[in-house]
Amino acid sequence: MAFGLKHLLGLEGVSREDIDTILNAADSFREVLDRPIKKVPTLRGVTVVNLFYEASTRTRISFELAAKRLSADLLNFTTSGSSVSKGETFKDTVRNIEAMKVDMIVMRHACSGAPKFLTEFSSSQVINAGDGSHEHPTQALLDMLSIRQHFGKLDGLRVVIVGDILHSRVARSNIWGLKTMGASVAICGPTTLLPVEVEKMGVDVYCDISRALDGADVVNVLRLQLERQQSGLLPSLREYTNLFGITSERKRLLNRNHIVMHPGPMNRGVEIASDVADGDDSVILDQVTNGVAVRMAVLYLIKGGGSKEDE
Amino acid sequence: MSKSHLKVIAGGRVIDPMSGVDCRADVYIEDSKIAKIETGSLFSKKDMKSYESGECFWAEGFIVTPGLIDLHVHLREPGRESVETVASGALAAAAGGFTAVCCMPNTTPPIDNQETVRFVLDRAADASVKVYPIGAITKGRSGQQLAEIGDLVAAGAVAISDDGSPVESAAVMRRALAYAKMFDIPVVSHAEDMSLSAGTHMNEGYVSTTLGIKGNPPISEEICIARDILLADYTASRLHVAHVSTKGAVELIRYAKRNGVNVTAEATPHHFTLTDDLIAERFDTNLKMNPPLRTKKDVESVIAGLQDGTLDCIACDHAPHSTEDKDVEFDLAPNGIIGLETSLGLAITHLVKPGLLSWSDLVERMSTNPARIMGLDGGRLKKGSPADITVIDPEAVWKVNVDKFRSKSRNSPYNGKRLTGRAIMTVVNGRVVYQAV
Repeated sequence: MAFGLKHLLGLEGVSREDIDTILNAADSFREVLDRPIKKVPTLRGVTVVNLFYEASTRTRISFELAAKRLSADLLNFTTSGSSVSKGETFKDTVRNIEAMKVDMIVMRHACSGAPKFLTEFSSSQVINAGDGSHEHPTQALLDMLSIRQHFGKLDGLRVVIVGDILHSRVARSNIWGLKTMGASVAICGPTTLLPVEVEKMGVDVYCDISRALDGADVVNVLRLQLERQQSGLLPSLREYTNLFGITSERKRLLNRNHIVMHPGPMNRGVEIASDVADGDDSVILDQVTNGVAVRMAVLYLIKGGGSKEDE
Repeated sequence: MSKSHLKVIAGGRVIDPMSGVDCRADVYIEDSKIAKIETGSLFSKKDMKSYESGECFWAEGFIVTPGLIDLHVHLREPGRESVETVASGALAAAAGGFTAVCCMPNTTPPIDNQETVRFVLDRAADASVKVYPIGAITKGRSGQQLAEIGDLVAAGAVAISDDGSPVESAAVMRRALAYAKMFDIPVVSHAEDMSLSAGTHMNEGYVSTTLGIKGNPPISEEICIARDILLADYTASRLHVAHVSTKGAVELIRYAKRNGVNVTAEATPHHFTLTDDLIAERFDTNLKMNPPLRTKKDVESVIAGLQDGTLDCIACDHAPHSTEDKDVEFDLAPNGIIGLETSLGLAITHLVKPGLLSWSDLVERMSTNPARIMGLDGGRLKKGSPADITVIDPEAVWKVNVDKFRSKSRNSPYNGKRLTGRAIMTVVNGRVVYQAV
């Protein structure tokens, strides 16, 4: 099965076959991570740049480990401010880095569409590590891998995503990916944090957490950015927790066989109660491990390792 | 471009909605004025021999109209001469078939005082087309204190606007409308409720939801238009609404006109040809402007508004930006596209050719009405009026090529697009200022 993607910019429009290929490869790499010597020579000689225009710790580290486990050479380029405040355009920065002969760019950027813009003028292969509120494909892939590991499938499952859907690239990528894989997706959050016409993405929309959780197989709890209260989108964190916080009591509404997920970093006691985060049914730390495996799979497949039609 | 003066444009189909002419006729020019429109004893091609070369233009197969007028352009001078000047913008206008433009005051410094009006008029003195400055409503375009509007009008401003920004305070807008009435000029409203649209980069809708880009809701424009219509009614003043882009806005203006409010309005070519879903293709910053590209139903409403006259005119909101400024991440790019050299072609291709607008209606929307709204001496082909004339080849098929634009800027989303219909000659005061080769 040939892998169809030159870049991974998002999960919208990515085929079921390509997602399966990534998840299967990730399962294999997951075994590598459990070995005493956690390194394979797959990407020896390949140079990967982590180009991070927005603060991130875990995604950057996860990609860094993934690249190193594959024996690629890795360069970290992190800038706190925007390209504008640095006085150099994004395009110039990328061209300068590319002039040093790199092969792949893993990029995070606060502006939606920046990775797509990058592919318009760059010769590198691009992996989106989160762009604005648009997409965060590797997070959704690792979420899907974690679900598949527990249930053995994605098809036919009911997944509920709870929280700030408006600003969440994780939610958007999960919706596209899960829908493609045959899962049914519900979203639940305060009406001020739901984007307009979101139902057209093919999701069930709830504002009542009890109805949303009822009979679901998976609850994926999004981080609530604390500044949402300051910007007037929420009256208080207290009320958010009352209305949408995932507690062990609410958890009982889920299917008997269920898992709890969170992309991190968590605000314990706000969107998720501590005992829920640490419960037996929580796969939150598995998600983190799977993140490395999924990113290894993506780096490997994008580089062309999975294609039988190498040009 | 010929040195000798044009004396007759013969053999063309002359359309002048103002005098109800739409037939084969010959237009005679004398002393930079229209001498007569001859519909009786017609010129034949043989008669050309009695004229010197350049004195007679044979326009058979072409459409001859009063000079087109765009009442909403940004010429960037003073302040950003690297992207456009009065001279380069006027050249672009001439190439697009326009004989006059009204330029917005959001320059640096803004046109909020007599000195700057005079400066622009001075630059315009030897420009290819007529340039009429629009003065600012408020000092520094800051929305606080009224500019010296009497002074601005005395110096030559034809209207006032804080275009680029709305007048946020209803009280200030009320005073502007009331005050402008003394000078019989329209107040041009850039309608936007900033509390709803600050920090947005595209239309709010399904596309902004999937792209995760902060959206500008249609109600931002509609709330402000509703407010300004009520204020115009209350003060019994003249309101002109710039760049109407939503279905709701068209409906509000239609309602206001039915109820006798003194309101006029314009639509841009991009708001009747493009939709927000195009942004998803590659985040092209030449699809970023304010108001933003809306949806299919909005485009249909804007076209319906142009058809039934709710929207009086087509104005392109020509907004030059440098390639450097536009070649950035979508969120960081400035709003605006250039339009003078594509406006007529887009209107013919998308409105006239599909039968949505008659030729006569098109001329009314692009010449008669802009002249009437701004109180300009133009927009008609009548004995004694200035010989401002546009000759249009209605069948010319051409490909937009930004590298050939007269404008100093290149920020057009239509580059490479095939259009039908264009100006082949533009005449200002009897002088040929543009002729297609």
